[in-house]
Amino acid sequence: MKQIAIVSGKGGTGKTSIIASLAALASGRAVYADCDVDAPDLHLILQPHIRERREFFGIKRALIDSEKCTQCGSCLDACRFGAIADFQVNPTLCEGCGVCKLVCPSEAVEMSESLAGYAYISDTRFGPLVHAELFPGEEASGKLVAMVREMARDLAASCKLDLILIDGSPGIGCPVIASLTGVDLALVVTEPTITGEHDLERILDVAGHFGINTAVCINKYDLNPAGSRRIEALCQERAVMVAGRLPFHPSVVEAMVLGRSVVESGGPVADAISEMWGVLEKRL
Amino acid sequence: MNVLKISIASGKGGTGKTLVATNIAVSLSSTGIGRVTVADCDVEEPNAYLFFPERILLEREKCQVSVPVIDEAKCTHCGKCSEVCAYHALAVLPETVLLFPELCHGCGACTIICPEKAVSETTRSVGEMFRARSGDVEIIWGELALGEARTTPLIKAVKERAAGENVIVDCPPGTSCSLVESVRGTNFCLLVAEPTPFGLYDLDIALRVLEKMNIPRAVLVNKSGMGDRKVYKYLAERNIPLLMEIPLDRKIAELYSHGEIFAEKMPEWKAKFAGMVREIEEMIS
Repeated sequence: MKQIAIVSGKGGTGKTSIIASLAALASGRAVYADCDVDAPDLHLILQPHIRERREFFGIKRALIDSEKCTQCGSCLDACRFGAIADFQVNPTLCEGCGVCKLVCPSEAVEMSESLAGYAYISDTRFGPLVHAELFPGEEASGKLVAMVREMARDLAASCKLDLILIDGSPGIGCPVIASLTGVDLALVVTEPTITGEHDLERILDVAGHFGINTAVCINKYDLNPAGSRRIEALCQERAVMVAGRLPFHPSVVEAMVLGRSVVESGGPVADAISEMWGVLEKRL
Repeated sequence: MNVLKISIASGKGGTGKTLVATNIAVSLSSTGIGRVTVADCDVEEPNAYLFFPERILLEREKCQVSVPVIDEAKCTHCGKCSEVCAYHALAVLPETVLLFPELCHGCGACTIICPEKAVSETTRSVGEMFRARSGDVEIIWGELALGEARTTPLIKAVKERAAGENVIVDCPPGTSCSLVESVRGTNFCLLVAEPTPFGLYDLDIALRVLEKMNIPRAVLVNKSGMGDRKVYKYLAERNIPLLMEIPLDRKIAELYSHGEIFAEKMPEWKAKFAGMVREIEEMIS
């Protein structure tokens, strides 16, 4: 089984538009996993029919029973996250360590898990999709990403499909690391802006740190040709393949508004993505 | 004068948070208001400082977090520290104790539970915090070390440094703990949205985070003219103020791509950004 994750460092470089197109090109041969659980958008193009919903429990959080609490202040002194005020726990600050429960002399603290989101298995016109919803402001997005990926692997095995395409989130922290671990190829989407270039270096460093095979896609390469040349040079220096160069074209947003992938709508970007898919397939 | 702390957030990445944060800072500082601080809380991919090439670095400091140290001479390998750790950062083997520092939240539970007093604590760096100055604009940012998963300690460190009276907090994308930590304590949040289906979907989630945190909020639509009209309909139906629109404009995109703050080159925008901040001040008071 092969897994390709699409990541970017900088947000808004076109990850989801590109993976939706790759899904159209791999139609019937792959399972898709939307691991951008904070801001999942792939379903807007793939328009899934939900087959199964699973509950996701995030971190445990402390709860103080005011009847048992003697207001001794032990928990207040011990909590390193500043989550206790007026002998109550602020759930947005609590990291669920349980130290307050440990130090409480009156057994007034309970640790309880709460529902933090859902993961879904769905059917789409291109094949099965695993996606998720993290409730607004919740922690543990990395844990939900791990759950989505495990469900995608099981689904691929049971459907006898040997490819998983993963839509990642921006950044280099916990959900990104969870999206990248163990993949066969990370496709990094960048754009020729000063911020895109800077973030590309950081995500390449992270992929290198974890020893992940990487390829780069330069989106909107014609918006700043000098910037694109610098990106090409950087990739060459680091021996990272540039798998695709996509032009800037209104067809990308037009397709999104219609709920279609770019390759279903056609146009110059669609052609460039198809060409890139050929390169990636060979690489695998 | 009251302290003004505006966070700039979005949900979806790449909608223009840094563009808006840097333009507000420069526009506000040219009104003669004194020092304006940009606190870049996107510690995974900090970018705001790139727009201030003349900056002078004033401070650079490692962000330290607590981690346990096990005294193997005292340890009896009873396994209590591993049991109590909510983050699976400790594994007790018959002969030794393994620590996975990236998983540790530094809560101190292992130190408290150890019956042999074999656990003490030391610190380790999870990234760096920088402070620089460019004219009247102060830029503070954090850079998460490679391979580190937890962003919140560094976000807290950046925000602690941003002690000025006019603070613009540039938030990371997303809608989970990093966003919550970044907007916490700000007195207003401006959400930058793209008028596209992806932009609207993620805006809705981000707005629900702010609602939960009870932070006053409004929206700025960036790249207006692209996509569709659904964002406008959504805002009107919910009575969410739309404070500004920045058009999809090749000149603005090119200036941004080269690392320039577009209000510097298109000065009519300085008055617009400064006017928007006055409007925000009225909304808060």
